[in-house]
Amino acid sequence: MTTRLGQGGRLIDRTRAVPFTFNGRQYQGFHGDTLASALLGAGQQLMGRSFKYHRPRSVVAAGAEEPNALINMGAGGQFEPNQRATTQELWAGLQAASQNHWPSLDWDIGAANNLLSRFLPAGFYYKMFIHPRSFWKHIYEPFIRQSAGLGRAPQARDDATYEHVHVHADVLIIGGGIAGLQAALTAGRAGERVLLVEQTAHWGGRAVVDGPVIDGTPAEYWVKQAVAELAALPNVTLRARCMGAGVYDHGSALAYERLGDHGPHMGPRHRLWRIRAGRIIAATGAIERPLSFAGNDIPGVMLASAVRDYVVNWGVSPGDRTVVVTNNDDAYRTALALHGAGLIVAAVLDARPVADGPLVAQVRRLGIRVEAGRGIAAVKGRGSVKGVQVCLQAGEGAVLEEIACDAVAMSGGWSPVVHLWSHCGGKLVWDDAQALFRPDATRPPTGADGAGFVTCVGAASGDLTTAGALPGLTVDEPAQAPLMPVWLMPQGAGIKLRQKMWLDYQNDVKVSDVQLAAQEGYESVEHAKRYTTLGMATDQGKLSNINGLAVLSGALNAPIPQVGTTTFRPPYTPISMGAIGGVARGDLFQPVRRTPMYDWHTAHGADWEPVGLWRRPFAYLNPGETVHDAVNREVKNTRVNVGLLDASTLGKLIVKGPDAGRFLDMMYTNVMSTLPIGKCRYGLMCSENGFLMDDGVVARIADDTWLCHTTTGGADRIHAHMEDWLQCEWWDWQVYVANVTEQYAQVAVVGPKARLVLESLGGMDVSKDALPFMTWKDGTLGGFGVRVYRISFSGEMSYEIAVPAGQGLAFWEAVHAAGQAHGVMPYGTETLHILRAEKGYIMIGDETDGTVTPLDLNLGWAVSKKKADFLGKRGMERSYLARPDRWKLVGLETLDGSVLPDGAYAVADGANENGQGRTQGRVTSTYHSANLGRGIAMGLVERGPDRMGEVVEFTNGGGPRIPARIVDPVLLDREGVRLDG
Amino acid sequence: MADFATVRDLGPVGMITLRGDLSSPALAAVVAELTGTAVPAPQSAHIDALRGAAWMSPDELLLILPHVEAAGAVARIGVALSGQHHLAADVSDARRVIAVNGPGAAEVLAKLAPVDLHPAAFPVGMFRRSRLGQVAAAFWREQDRFVVVCFQSVGDYAHALLAQSAADGPVGVFIP
Repeated sequence: MTTRLGQGGRLIDRTRAVPFTFNGRQYQGFHGDTLASALLGAGQQLMGRSFKYHRPRSVVAAGAEEPNALINMGAGGQFEPNQRATTQELWAGLQAASQNHWPSLDWDIGAANNLLSRFLPAGFYYKMFIHPRSFWKHIYEPFIRQSAGLGRAPQARDDATYEHVHVHADVLIIGGGIAGLQAALTAGRAGERVLLVEQTAHWGGRAVVDGPVIDGTPAEYWVKQAVAELAALPNVTLRARCMGAGVYDHGSALAYERLGDHGPHMGPRHRLWRIRAGRIIAATGAIERPLSFAGNDIPGVMLASAVRDYVVNWGVSPGDRTVVVTNNDDAYRTALALHGAGLIVAAVLDARPVADGPLVAQVRRLGIRVEAGRGIAAVKGRGSVKGVQVCLQAGEGAVLEEIACDAVAMSGGWSPVVHLWSHCGGKLVWDDAQALFRPDATRPPTGADGAGFVTCVGAASGDLTTAGALPGLTVDEPAQAPLMPVWLMPQGAGIKLRQKMWLDYQNDVKVSDVQLAAQEGYESVEHAKRYTTLGMATDQGKLSNINGLAVLSGALNAPIPQVGTTTFRPPYTPISMGAIGGVARGDLFQPVRRTPMYDWHTAHGADWEPVGLWRRPFAYLNPGETVHDAVNREVKNTRVNVGLLDASTLGKLIVKGPDAGRFLDMMYTNVMSTLPIGKCRYGLMCSENGFLMDDGVVARIADDTWLCHTTTGGADRIHAHMEDWLQCEWWDWQVYVANVTEQYAQVAVVGPKARLVLESLGGMDVSKDALPFMTWKDGTLGGFGVRVYRISFSGEMSYEIAVPAGQGLAFWEAVHAAGQAHGVMPYGTETLHILRAEKGYIMIGDETDGTVTPLDLNLGWAVSKKKADFLGKRGMERSYLARPDRWKLVGLETLDGSVLPDGAYAVADGANENGQGRTQGRVTSTYHSANLGRGIAMGLVERGPDRMGEVVEFTNGGGPRIPARIVDPVLLDREGVRLDG
Repeated sequence: MADFATVRDLGPVGMITLRGDLSSPALAAVVAELTGTAVPAPQSAHIDALRGAAWMSPDELLLILPHVEAAGAVARIGVALSGQHHLAADVSDARRVIAVNGPGAAEVLAKLAPVDLHPAAFPVGMFRRSRLGQVAAAFWREQDRFVVVCFQSVGDYAHALLAQSAADGPVGVFIP
């Protein structure tokens, strides 16, 4: 039974009681407690149940490495599962609940799995559920899903806000123990920009508990002085509750600051620091390892360091009588701390044949019983420790005696926290003497200059002494005798004991599971990990990895360094999804690009369609109208009266310079250099491979200036494409390009009455003679300064009118008002598509997909045969692209007038080498045409233009096949008489 | 958090993209004539009361002047640099211009832009093209504020992003 000691606890303030609830029950802790220390202090040892066998569990650690005490925190919009009780600071009103049990923590039905544990070994699920195949989907998986999972998923929207911050530093130091503080002092005094982050709320790490003497003062005092000096340095930034989460290429790093997890808080809950550091110092310390003995997961068995943390930091007693079991000298500090707190150390069981270091001597002098060469055969007790059975470490587990106790403090040695060193490629070396992996300083993660940019200091470097962490300072601490590696206790334990030795507490992986994996042929540590799930829980194996691979190494009879470690991946401990998203949520989740007329469209019933980041009206819905009805109305009205289209999103690139004509002749498949000033020409752009990538109308503005229209999606892409060729290939050509897409609002006035509308606005002459098709002119309309292009993407008489964006809305409203007498209606992108499809005009992204050439689309007339070169010329000539049996553009007409499914394939006879039915074409565009009263479609069909009138069958993967006739894609006004009205 | 930082649209501002040989005396002369400043060095801007010039790239400047002057200025550049390869385009309407005032202005931007905004690294007169959240943006530092320029289509997004970052309060890394 754990309880609060009458005195002590360097982190708690006993004058400030803090009420909180756990599983709905009221508890009280002290200011400065963690949830774990408060629960232990209140006698609540049981904190959760394990994942697979639902075994009762309490804390085993006191920090971030804790695998057991996972809790559901908060409620409603503050709910968050899988928080560690050991890192959760206590605050008044905190609500916590344990996980993974039903109906209650004390009485859990799932614990029946525990009785079945010998039937649930490693790989059980793989073996059991593989046959019959159909059972997986319908029977096994639904059942397993129901019982899987640790915490509950949040049900409510997260109330909190989150943010990022970008910070640069000369030195990023991760870890605020004495090694990190000393590194910060050195760099800070030298005037470097220093960022020092510490994951807990407190500075000083282990030293303040273990108490070496530094520079003649106690460690705690030295730490206070160091923090005070650093805080006074203007070039040093200190952040507690800020975890160094990951190290990435070129000195970039992430840190995760928890601002709102230790009490009610204004402002962001978490902040993600996105750091660029000249160099990174990992002062991340070390984590103690458990020992593998039977029953090492029973509540009351804790890491030796955690036991003294609870005593010293929080004044919590782990129990009246504790047995310490160890393979090293460090655990004797726990015996000293317990004795100092007035508690009984029933015995120290030391696996080493001889125990005689200075710390051992100090313990013996206090009259504490020390037994060398001994280990624990098994822990007695179910829900809590009742005693231990003592055995010879060298033997098989014959019980020599039983010692009654209510706590066990274990230490299997220490593992440096090498995660941050390893994230970006730092290599490790196995240190046989200390039985640990430490950073290999000769193989660091390297930056752009090939030099290492991460160093490890203190325990993280593999030097576990205080003196090693503080080079140049005088340190007084007891020397330690070498440890003895102990991977099994006792070393000759039989299967019955090994089945009760836990390696991974959270995922319930035992020594016997890893041995079984080895026996079944899993030699790679990465495979054994996935087969057994060792190290795959939310703690990512911080306690279990080294013990697990040592057991694997023993089972494979291969040395540990040969077995190696699994990969260390960021983040170091889990970080919230909110922090990753930062401010990007709700309305700020993604930018929406709006044209100047956006609000007008909204007010007039726009049904929005995302086009890249733009929003364009798909159609404008009158009250009570369906989208389909609205589209049919817009399509008819534009052909009969006049329609308005917001074409502002089309790309507009100015290309200017003495070499601009030559440059555009390379960019486009046809000739642009000969275009007369005042005229427009439709052009195609290909990639080097000959595939069509964009199209649009080019206007010659002046002798050395062209304006290139691109597709909406092409504006930025084609601008970059042009700059790429100018900067990287033709850097000596005198050409400048400017993307002026957003400078202009562009309004298309389309339909037989378009000219009437513009004439009623008043201003420039827009007659057929003054402004013929495929010309442009500057002038005024309705008092607006405009540039008018006589171009058409609908087959109708059409004017595209550009005005400065700031006047876009006013101009649009003026045209709309003037058009009232002529039946004007705005139309959206669907009508745009249908109008162009009725005319057989292609659309980039529908008829093209990056594998289609202009020749496939019968656009050979726009591909120059005279030009010596242009981008794509050589590509198009390759035999595969020049083959006569390519799929080519045709119109498609269903026999019953129905609309073909988009993307449907035309079936051919036979099957390919994979046994799949062969195809001979596909639908690229398909609509209902209100003007024609039936479905219309375009598609690419093998030798299509040679097969006019032939009927082919289309399939959408299921259902009956749909016959359609191959026809000319131009369905309306083949002569083009409508263009001039 | 009004004390920390405030965010305000500056309304229409005249802006001209000027590409050309930045070492050309004729270019320097017309820049001086229109904006009253010398051609700025890389990553810097000479801008006073929304008139001046900023360095965009080795062959591009951004000229800033009153909105009503922009069209005339483009024409003037065409005359001054006739016969010399250059491009001048009025981009005033393509842009949204937003001021971030207050002691926290640098921290507001540091939340959104991957730029070193430490006062020593980003002094008054510095100019950077970068991004703000998920959109392209440029900004410069004046005595008492930062001025941010982005495309008008995402002006509402950029404004809301800056306002939220200001409302979220200090980080405490550039200000005590």
